[in-house]
Amino acid sequence: MLQVKDLKVSIDGKEILKGISLDVKPGEVHAIMGPNGSGKSTLSHVLTGREGYDVTSGSVSYLGKDLLDMEPEERAREGIFLAFQYPVEIPGVNNMYFLKAAVNARRVHQGMEELDALDFMDSLKEKMALLKMDDSFLKRGVNEGFSGGEKKRNEILQMAMLEPKLALLDETDSGLDIDALQICSDGVNSLRNKERGFVVITHYQRLLDYIVPDFVHVLADGRIVKSGGKDLALELEEKGYGWIEGIDAA
Amino acid sequence: MVSSTDHLDSLVTQEYKHGFVTDIESEIIPPGLSEDVIRLISAKKDEPQWMLEWRLNSYRHWLTMKEPNWAKLEIEPIDYQSISYYAAPKNPDDAPKSLDEVDPKLLETYEKLGIPLEERAALAGVAVDAVFDSVSVATTFKDKLYDVGVIFCSFSDALKEHPELVKEYLGTVVPTGDNFFAALNAAVFSDGSFVYIPKGVRCPMELSTYFRINASNTGQFERTLIIADEDAYVSYLEGCTAPMRDENQLHAAVVELIVQKGASIKYSTVQNWYPGDENGVGGIYNFVTKRAECRGDNSKVSWTQVETGSAITWKYPSCVLKGDNSSGEFYSVALTNLKQQADTGTKMIHIGKNTSSNIVSKGISAGRGQNAYRGLVKITKGAEGARNYTQCDSLLMGDKCGAHTFPYIEVLNPTAQVEHEATTSKISEDQMYYCRQRGLSAEDAVSMIVNGFCKEVLKELPMEFAVEAQKLLGLSLEGSVG
Ligand SMILES: Nc1ncnc2c1ncn2[C@@H]1O[C@H](COP(=O)(O)OP(=O)(O)OP(=O)(O)O)[C@@H](O)[C@H]1O
Ligand SMILES: [Mg+2]
Repeated sequence: MLQVKDLKVSIDGKEILKGISLDVKPGEVHAIMGPNGSGKSTLSHVLTGREGYDVTSGSVSYLGKDLLDMEPEERAREGIFLAFQYPVEIPGVNNMYFLKAAVNARRVHQGMEELDALDFMDSLKEKMALLKMDDSFLKRGVNEGFSGGEKKRNEILQMAMLEPKLALLDETDSGLDIDALQICSDGVNSLRNKERGFVVITHYQRLLDYIVPDFVHVLADGRIVKSGGKDLALELEEKGYGWIEGIDAA
Repeated sequence: MVSSTDHLDSLVTQEYKHGFVTDIESEIIPPGLSEDVIRLISAKKDEPQWMLEWRLNSYRHWLTMKEPNWAKLEIEPIDYQSISYYAAPKNPDDAPKSLDEVDPKLLETYEKLGIPLEERAALAGVAVDAVFDSVSVATTFKDKLYDVGVIFCSFSDALKEHPELVKEYLGTVVPTGDNFFAALNAAVFSDGSFVYIPKGVRCPMELSTYFRINASNTGQFERTLIIADEDAYVSYLEGCTAPMRDENQLHAAVVELIVQKGASIKYSTVQNWYPGDENGVGGIYNFVTKRAECRGDNSKVSWTQVETGSAITWKYPSCVLKGDNSSGEFYSVALTNLKQQADTGTKMIHIGKNTSSNIVSKGISAGRGQNAYRGLVKITKGAEGARNYTQCDSLLMGDKCGAHTFPYIEVLNPTAQVEHEATTSKISEDQMYYCRQRGLSAEDAVSMIVNGFCKEVLKELPMEFAVEAQKLLGLSLEGSVG
């Protein structure tokens, strides 16, 4: 469903991604690991259309379409979801209202009717129960004053409500306590099915115990330097990155 | 991908949604201002002699006054002799008794403005005293209000039916010589609204008036007088919008609120007059004097305003806190886009003991808009234990607009507590990206973020007004950030 081919991306003339290729098929879970600053978040941003990145070469196709040609909101409505590494606060904008607007923007795009308040609430309550989230989060501003872990959980809630085709999770595990990690992972796993693809960015093998990946890739200095199965994560956990060819042992 | 600037340009140049003119025949006095014109206005309205004298005195005073010094404003000189000072729909004598009798053209105009009078009135339980040009043509729910003793009518009617009340209160909050525009208004005011809430009465519905400028080259000089007698309560809504025009139109209204012991007035405004084109041509000049006097102990006044229209806005709804424990509130959203200029804020004059005031001002600047908050907090000598809290937030969109804050604080009593906080921010690219990643269009994202920014003010508006105001903010800003 997602084919990234030799993608090169610069910011202000500095090359960050130096030729990334990645093929995600429906139902697959790909984990991306790699040292700080290697370009993991950059990849997720470029895939979701954030401004300020120059794609200097390569291509990305998503469900047969040229992804790079689409506006960020179009990509979202076509089913790409990014759980942010650092979810932003939008003061004063009611969290529930925001979520409803997002859900309905997507439904309208897909030719479905907008959810009315009651149906929306039903579905929301169900998802919140799953994620053990308190009702009070609905009344607050989007991420406004949320703790780090609460923000991450809110991202998963949004994902559950938006039911994406392709979900990108950028370090959703960092900042979560042990119970929250379990809860969020359960949330993610409950969404796993034959159609849905996942790209899970993480630093820790622990997350991959819960969300078991089909593939693990190591991103270093803007390149995927190694790919393997779930065992690769275990190996990384044990040995660090130094042994992999293409990574300077710092 | 569409760049931010393209977005901005295409959407900023959107035509004004309410730009159209109804061709109801207006009866207009030829342009120009003199004592004779004032006599003519007064005669046309069949006013008592004292009213005429009051007008003439104001006029004579006005002649000795100078236009204010336009601190931050860029303004073309106004030719007061080129303005026509009176316009009324034909035959004001046989004014309609019900909506059925109202000129369908007029109703159509309201329709286009999204103000379905009858629906609004019936469904929302709002009494609408619709001011069209200068004379009221439709008043609803009058009877229901009359039952509880509330008087809600046009200023002209009040002058006929309750002259003693008008005479007692008119000009006691904003004296005729208060400022240049207030004096002009006192001389030539055409019509407006009058509200009296008797002792101990809680007005059973929100009172609302829609103003609309429609006659070519006709200045609007509305006069509103609201009196809440002891322990009374009223919530009054004012909203306006105007059709597209090539010449600048002057609007100089005066609003006086009188709040007696234990009474409370909530006054809300949504102002959406034609802002002019991207060069400011054709927009309305809105120079308003609004003031409330908390005369009795424990009285309270609250101003809420959402200002999105006009080429130039110059207004400072103020509170004179005379009674002990009286309180004043000012919640404001002022949005400037295109080449709009707004210089707005409030004055809180603390006179009584333990008086308190709260100011929340949200300024949004986009396009080449200039937005200034100007506020005075004055604690007089006798105001023991007075408290003020001021919060002034500015939001900038793009780099051609400006935000300015001018707080003036005068404290003459050492027990006073005065706090002022100010922030300036931009809509962040991160917020925009986050919203768009969730599937919201750039326009919806801006609208949502701005509404969030204004939340503390919008929540003060009555429900149906808040919804309208939210739409208005989105509409006025569409695409200001791409
Ligand atoms: N706006 C920017 N301007 C300049 N450099 C940037 C910008 N954004 C990212 N970079 C640089 O690009 C590189 C990759 O950053 P990125 O955030 O993608 O790393 P990451 O792999 O997600 O790291 P982490 O594990 O710490 O989250 C870093 O060196 C970073 O400093
Ligand atoms: Mg990162």
